[in-house]
Amino acid sequence: SMIFNFYLFDRKGTCLYFCEWRAKPGAKPPSAAAREADIKLMYGMLYSLKGFVTRISPTPPKFGFQYYKTSSYKLNFFETLTGLKFVLTTDLNVGDISSELREIYSQIYVEHVAKNPLVNLEEPIESELFKERLDRYVRNLSFFHH
Amino acid sequence: APGSMSRASREVKKVSGELFTLTYGSLVAQLIKDYEDVAEVNKQLEKMGHSIGVRLIDDFLAHTSTGRCQSFPETVDILCKVGFKMFLGVTPAVANWSPDNKECSIILDDNPLTTFVELPDHQSDLLYSNIICGVLRGALSMIQMRCEATFAKDALRGDETTEIRLRLVEMMEDEAPPSDD
Repeated sequence: SMIFNFYLFDRKGTCLYFCEWRAKPGAKPPSAAAREADIKLMYGMLYSLKGFVTRISPTPPKFGFQYYKTSSYKLNFFETLTGLKFVLTTDLNVGDISSELREIYSQIYVEHVAKNPLVNLEEPIESELFKERLDRYVRNLSFFHH
Repeated sequence: APGSMSRASREVKKVSGELFTLTYGSLVAQLIKDYEDVAEVNKQLEKMGHSIGVRLIDDFLAHTSTGRCQSFPETVDILCKVGFKMFLGVTPAVANWSPDNKECSIILDDNPLTTFVELPDHQSDLLYSNIICGVLRGALSMIQMRCEATFAKDALRGDETTEIRLRLVEMMEDEAPPSDD
């Protein structure tokens, strides 16, 4: 299996962090503007999908949606009660990774961002420690293959 | 393995309660020196609490796996039984709910911030523990609850209990993505 991208949004839609482990095979890296547009689309989609699943649910949902699959990838989603949205896109062989996304929240985001009083929580994450810990964590996941 | 990392770093690290109390005390004392105006000190303490609260809430949620509460009273209950316990080591009582369930009192029989404190007469308007009100407001704002918290009674100022009045002003909606224009 493979891991493609990671996105972290805050509740206002700011992309706090984006990271790519595996680009589309053969594709040129997108321009900064195209990348930014993709990220905006991603947030818009998550926001709409969340609204949609809540609206259509017969009972008040305990969680929102946790993942969706297409023919080529799976989007895994975890939202905290504080509105942080963690997204990891993977290939279709990856099973339930909600506990891994939760771990990224509790062990990497909380420890290296939330608890650092000098970090502005509303701006994209600059912390090298956060980036490095996230990268190491994802690369060490049993389903991350090079 | 990624799984083992959680257990190792999830241990509760302890700091001496006395050091904590003294550190807070010297912070308040410094603010009094710097601002010379008690009302301003009260405001600054509340502001500091707010910036702590907006961070502490994620730490709290990450380590307790709390699900979404169904009502404001349920939220306040967890806040007192789990939150206060986790960060201050005390469990306040919740009382005096308003009929619409939007306002209540949080009663602290034991306030660890004030262990060594006695207010001098000329500072009787000082809300020494106002940082707690800020923490409550900050933490609740991050889970979509705009609240107000104020000290209604303070044992430090001669009342028989310490009581924070907490009021839910409004539930905030998710923010819509910015539109393209």
